Amino acid sequence: MSIPVSYYLALSGILFGLGVVAFVFKRNIITIFMAIELMLNAVNLAFVAFARAHNQLDGLIFVFFVIVVAAAEAAVGLAIVLALAHTRQSLNVDRVNLLKF
Amino acid sequence: MIAPLIVFFACAILAVLGAILLIIVREPIHSALSLVVVMVSLAILYLLLGAPFVAAVQILVYAGAIMVLFVFVIMLLNAGEEERTDWSKIAKWIGLPLGFVLLLEIAHWLFHSEPGTAVANGVAAPPPASTFALSTALFRQYLLPFEATSILILIAILGALVLARKDQ
Amino acid sequence: MLILNHLWIIMLLPLLGSATNGLLGLPLGERWSKAAVNAVGVGSVALSFLCVCEAVREFAALPASQVPVIRDYFTWMTAGPFRAGFTLQVDQLTIVMLLVVTGVGLLVHIFSVGYMAHEGGYYRFFSYLNLFVFFMLTLVLGGNLLVTFVGWEGVGLCSYLLIGFWFLKKSAADAGKKAFITTRIGDMGFMIGILLVFATFRTVDYGAIFQAAAPYPVETHVGVITAICLLLFAGAVGKSAQLPLYVWLPDAMEGPTPVSALIHAATMVTAGVYIVARMNPLFARAPIAMLVVAIVGAVTAFYSATIGMAQTDIKKVLAYSTISQLGYMFLACGVGAYASGIFHLMTHAFFKGLLFLAAGSVIHAMGGEQDMLKMGGLWKKIPVTAWTMLIATFAIAGIPPFAGFFSKDEILWAAYSGPYANKALWALGFVAALLTSFYMFRLIFLTFFGQQRYDEHHVHVHESPWIMLGPLCVLAVLSTVGGWFAAPKLWDGPDYFANYLNPVFAGSAALAPQIVEPSHTLELYFSGFAVLAGLVGLAIAWFVYLGDPERPKRLAKSLGGLYRLVYGKYFVDEIYSTVIVKPLIWGSEHILWHVVDEGMIDGTVNGTADVARAAGAQARKLQSGNARSYATWVIIGAVGFTALLLGILGMRP
Repeated sequence: MSIPVSYYLALSGILFGLGVVAFVFKRNIITIFMAIELMLNAVNLAFVAFARAHNQLDGLIFVFFVIVVAAAEAAVGLAIVLALAHTRQSLNVDRVNLLKF
Repeated sequence: MIAPLIVFFACAILAVLGAILLIIVREPIHSALSLVVVMVSLAILYLLLGAPFVAAVQILVYAGAIMVLFVFVIMLLNAGEEERTDWSKIAKWIGLPLGFVLLLEIAHWLFHSEPGTAVANGVAAPPPASTFALSTALFRQYLLPFEATSILILIAILGALVLARKDQ
Repeated sequence: MLILNHLWIIMLLPLLGSATNGLLGLPLGERWSKAAVNAVGVGSVALSFLCVCEAVREFAALPASQVPVIRDYFTWMTAGPFRAGFTLQVDQLTIVMLLVVTGVGLLVHIFSVGYMAHEGGYYRFFSYLNLFVFFMLTLVLGGNLLVTFVGWEGVGLCSYLLIGFWFLKKSAADAGKKAFITTRIGDMGFMIGILLVFATFRTVDYGAIFQAAAPYPVETHVGVITAICLLLFAGAVGKSAQLPLYVWLPDAMEGPTPVSALIHAATMVTAGVYIVARMNPLFARAPIAMLVVAIVGAVTAFYSATIGMAQTDIKKVLAYSTISQLGYMFLACGVGAYASGIFHLMTHAFFKGLLFLAAGSVIHAMGGEQDMLKMGGLWKKIPVTAWTMLIATFAIAGIPPFAGFFSKDEILWAAYSGPYANKALWALGFVAALLTSFYMFRLIFLTFFGQQRYDEHHVHVHESPWIMLGPLCVLAVLSTVGGWFAAPKLWDGPDYFANYLNPVFAGSAALAPQIVEPSHTLELYFSGFAVLAGLVGLAIAWFVYLGDPERPKRLAKSLGGLYRLVYGKYFVDEIYSTVIVKPLIWGSEHILWHVVDEGMIDGTVNGTADVARAAGAQARKLQSGNARSYATWVIIGAVGFTALLLGILGMRP
């Protein structure tokens, strides 16, 4: 029995939503980063599902690039987190509020 | 032929559980490990969708490199239980509920979509998504983005080096 | 035909004089000597007078078909079908007015050379005086209502400037403002009248108006022509100081005496009479308007004469006398005797101008004193002034053979027995004549006769120099012979003056109700009766003021409240102040200033700034620096957008 593509898409949506909730809810910067990665993964799943549905390669190529960019972004982002942690002695995102009016 | 269905649901539930755990647990290291669980289950789903290369890349790069990086940083910074600050009222009262709303919205939308042609079962159909075809497309049509991402990675490396350096 | 083709020369000469004195006198100061000011100031008016004489000569040589002479020099304004040119016109009425304005004007200028010799701002005085002559000539020469109106407003301006000549004195500055504002009220009516004229006749040129008005019948109800006439008359009420807008003229005595003589006796105040006479074809078709004019004139004549009886300032007596005599002129126009009104205008210019100039001479002799109660016994000391003033007083009292008798007599006769006769108005005029004679002789007796009521050690009474006495003598001669144009009427001969002006007023005379010509003997008896009134006035004044010195005081005491009422000018100024001025000031301050200006306008402007600031303060709170709240905003946007796509636009992948 074949699984309708819409199932995959629904799962993708749920994962994305959970990533958003995690982003808003958690206070540790690293955890927030992980939430972003979760969102990216959800999107990847959607792409692969669509690629399968339309029998095309382009979705997979896109997933490839997403992963690559996510890697680069994670590297740079964590470097920033390191710098931030050295400066503010804390990993709480609420403490990074120098842009407050 | 309900095997794919079982696999699907198992992996789906696993992924969702992993995501929920990510939100609930207190230590960041536990969140990282839950995320790894999510990624592995997603890799299995990719396999189910007939994209072996992507599944492999997911495990290798995402779960293997990126999450390891996360774990390294957590251990480096000795990130413990996060303190309970509550400085954003708008995030607590509006963001959270709206986040759930967004979840339901997108899920509902995607569930009721009509994605066109056939379905996945991972077997038999000659996958146009073979590694050979993928790499051919990568080096022919998508050469420019490919090269651009190489440069991107280079810059990312340099940036990470500069940013994470301790001031001397 | 030189001047008649280039009428603007007459007006231009005083304007050049004014500009020269004004523009050179200020920067050059002392180097622009008095002699230069005199040469330019007096010379320009003298040249203008010569041009007028030449114009009279040329005009006399014209055949009747070429009258009136109209010259349109350039188009002043056009707007669609409306066109107003800079049009000047000359007819018999204009000739009379030109001679009066430039002639008496010249005499006043010569007098001022002596009177203002010790005053500061010498060049300024002559500059303003020349400017006034320019505007008055514009008014008189104007061939359409707009050019006349330019002159009308201009003489108002010069009056303000000259009344407030000593502007550092508060009462003088206030008097100037009062004059301007009060006449402005009348000018409003005048302007609306001009608009109505255009709306009715589609033109403002006199000739075209009268042609367009010809088919209109005589109105028996208040129609559009009556409305036009009443509105134009409103302007005349202001400018010629009739009830209820007369209050500025007594205050205008704050100005130098030559100003009072020229502007407030001979010329500016007569502009109202001129305009009524000029618009006589319209008035002839609006008997209701004529009745209003006559009533206002007669009542003003009587009312103002009563006030004049109790005043003690020599110039104020003459001011109220002027108001009264202007009332006579309007009475004349109101009963259809336009020629008589203009005749009285001319003779009044002579004797009232003389009275003011002589009063100036008296004030100069007394070293600045204007209160008659502090004069007395001056007859032997300043004989020339005294004799000329006496001649003028006989003239104003209507004693033959002086000028005032003929003109005033004609007016009273027309009021009694003319086509628009009204016995009640005649009675008012008659009593006013008696009162006029009384208070004018009172003035003479108080000033020149009786006891000497001043201290000789403080006041050195001396006769004025000949430059001031010369014009007095000329005007005295004119006051004597000026009326003789109409003298042949006494023996049933032609009235030369009325005949000269006949072409201007003939059309109106034809529209007047037809009456039986009263007999000539009745007219002679009537004249005698009028002379009797004048003599009775003289006798009463003699009795009161030349008899027992205490008699005036006893009389005033016995009249008690009535005397105080009249002496206080019926408290009209106080009434106006309380009823009109103070509420206006209160309204301006409390409503227009505090509520509208500070509250609404400032409030709106400041309020906009406050709203902007408050909005900014609220918007600032968005920048919390908290990443999670930023994320929340993104989510809100995302949810909204998704809902938009899904729900409203109904998109599905």
